[in-house]
Amino acid sequence: MGALAYITALNQALHDEMARDDRVCVFGEDVRIGLTQTTKGLHERFGDGRVVDTPLSEQAFTSLATGAAMAGQRPVVEYQIPSLLYLVFEQIANQAHKFSLMTGGQVEVPVTYLVPGSGSRSGMAGQHSDHPYSLFAHVGIKTVLPATASDAYGLLLSALRDPDPVAVFAPSALMGTVEEVTGELGPVPLGSARIHRAGEDVTVVATGQCVHTALAVAEAMADEVSVEVVDPRTIYPVDWETIRASAEKTGRLVVIDDANRMSGFAGEVLATAAEQFDLVAPPRRVTRPDGAVIPYALVLDQALLPNGDQLTDAIRAVLK
Amino acid sequence: MGAESRAVRLYRTMRLIREFEERCLAMSLTGEIVGGIHPYIGQEAVAAGVCAALTQDDVVASTHRGHGHVLAKGADPKRMLAELLGTTDGLNRGRGGSMHAADVGLGVYGANGIVGAGAPIAAGAAWSFQQRGEDRVAVAFFGDGALSQGVVLEAFNLAALWRLPVVFVCENNGYATSLPVGRALAGDPVERAAAFGLAARAVDGMDAEAVADAAAQAVERCRAGGGPAYLECRTYRFHGHHSYEEQVALNYRDDAEVGDWRARDPLRTQSTRVDEATVRAVDAEITTLIDEAVEFARAGRAPEPHEALDHLYADGTTTRPGVMI
Ligand SMILES: Cc1ncc(C[n+]2csc(CCOP(=O)(O)OP(=O)(O)O)c2C)c(N)n1
Repeated sequence: MGALAYITALNQALHDEMARDDRVCVFGEDVRIGLTQTTKGLHERFGDGRVVDTPLSEQAFTSLATGAAMAGQRPVVEYQIPSLLYLVFEQIANQAHKFSLMTGGQVEVPVTYLVPGSGSRSGMAGQHSDHPYSLFAHVGIKTVLPATASDAYGLLLSALRDPDPVAVFAPSALMGTVEEVTGELGPVPLGSARIHRAGEDVTVVATGQCVHTALAVAEAMADEVSVEVVDPRTIYPVDWETIRASAEKTGRLVVIDDANRMSGFAGEVLATAAEQFDLVAPPRRVTRPDGAVIPYALVLDQALLPNGDQLTDAIRAVLK
Repeated sequence: MGAESRAVRLYRTMRLIREFEERCLAMSLTGEIVGGIHPYIGQEAVAAGVCAALTQDDVVASTHRGHGHVLAKGADPKRMLAELLGTTDGLNRGRGGSMHAADVGLGVYGANGIVGAGAPIAAGAAWSFQQRGEDRVAVAFFGDGALSQGVVLEAFNLAALWRLPVVFVCENNGYATSLPVGRALAGDPVERAAAFGLAARAVDGMDAEAVADAAAQAVERCRAGGGPAYLECRTYRFHGHHSYEEQVALNYRDDAEVGDWRARDPLRTQSTRVDEATVRAVDAEITTLIDEAVEFARAGRAPEPHEALDHLYADGTTTRPGVMI
């Protein structure tokens, strides 16, 4: 297939699925011109009725998508900023997510929440740099975090086809990256992990852009230790079987996750490992600090994000 | 039955809601219905009048005080009461209860425990009807308290901007729990809605015929592509905000005020428009229906504890248990 840019992959998934299924429609701010690039060309191709520029009314258009989904559409809602999800947490966590159970299975709410550019955007400071996927996982919303272009394509496609609400977080650090893709693009099932690199001594579970950090560290440490890199790809539901098989094969586990430590995804992996996995050393995690708010100054921004040196130290620590 | 007048149908719907609610209130006070209810008694003319203007294909999004809307839209009182008793025969298989009762097949997108939450959901359904060129209308019910929720005003704006076939029905019963509307709202709500470009008017919410006429006009306008409407129904609830109020003495309305509104009971008003024999026949019919509903609901089976998270995901995704040994 060749070189595929991450952003193109998201855009391509929308084009392909909108062409395949005329129930798919897009709501969001500046989606006609494709400000974020993810919706580029959709308006020209699919028209006003399916690509809807909304006023700055996140709460209303989030629930508008819920109502449209209940009435038979398959809406995608794009958010320009990850922290806007705090504004619409009511509409997603408390409305859309709960309707299937509360109605005893009478409705499906197939909405996809697309967040292109989640996490630090280097210099955009406190209110534009959060990566709030753990919150979604905590309440049980299907949540995906693709680390590569082919996964971005495949996971978004699965999200669009899923009968339930699904949140798709595309890390800002990856939006401009390119992957050499071999073979055809296709859907990636939700809840399936990807082993990026096989190894014998330590399992590193990495999410989002941290997958690339982990691969670089594994390469740099190749003479010293054999590192297996596993990307869960879906933050909820989690592919525990793949993670467990890897961790029990190597006996050692490190998690690297670009989110706050307290009550985050990395903590959940460690807790599950402590309860259920057969390890030979206590597991470690590399995350942002507790309650981190990303400061403006670039050096401070980067100081709070998990990095390769910390991962290297953590790997050495579990090897002791 | 087919030739029955609107006057009789409105009376029957209101009688159904009234009896259902009175029975529910009693069952809440004995604890047979857990969690209590938000009684609709006094406001029946609104649900009956508005739903009389709708077909089965039209949808409604309801509120925490939703029993009247769900019944007026045609839900089976047996399954509705079964839902309140939490049995598997309930509308929602016992998963929703009073504040989430839904019958999606009848276009009832559910009561809703969050004030104002239904307004953008109804607007979304209306948007999809408009897109597909379907001759269907959505109605959002909410109280005066919801007019202070930003999301409702956002929904007004989108609906007016895009000329969506949605009718926003505000049941202004004068209070948001204990807060009188005069201490909650700046300006006149009808003018506020009109300022968004909604066709807005107020109507006597104690008169089912007046509500039905106004609703029919608003719905017609939507069907003709004329854009959304706002209907403010001035009404009153005869009981407390929640059945809990009957147990603890809360005092925020004076007896004279309640008495004045009770003197305008919408059922009594409507009964004067129907001949006496028909009133008696409808009353007897409804009493039997509710007796049967109680019997049906009581005979139901509670769901099994291991089914507690069934229906969480439409595709059957299951979750990890919370306690693992
Ligand atoms: C957003 C929100 N805030 C507060 C509550 C708690 N609450 C439930 S009903 C209610 C009063 C609602 O008043 P109104 O909208 O006028 O409807 P009414 O009860 O009069 O039918 C309140 C405060 C809630 N459910 N949702």
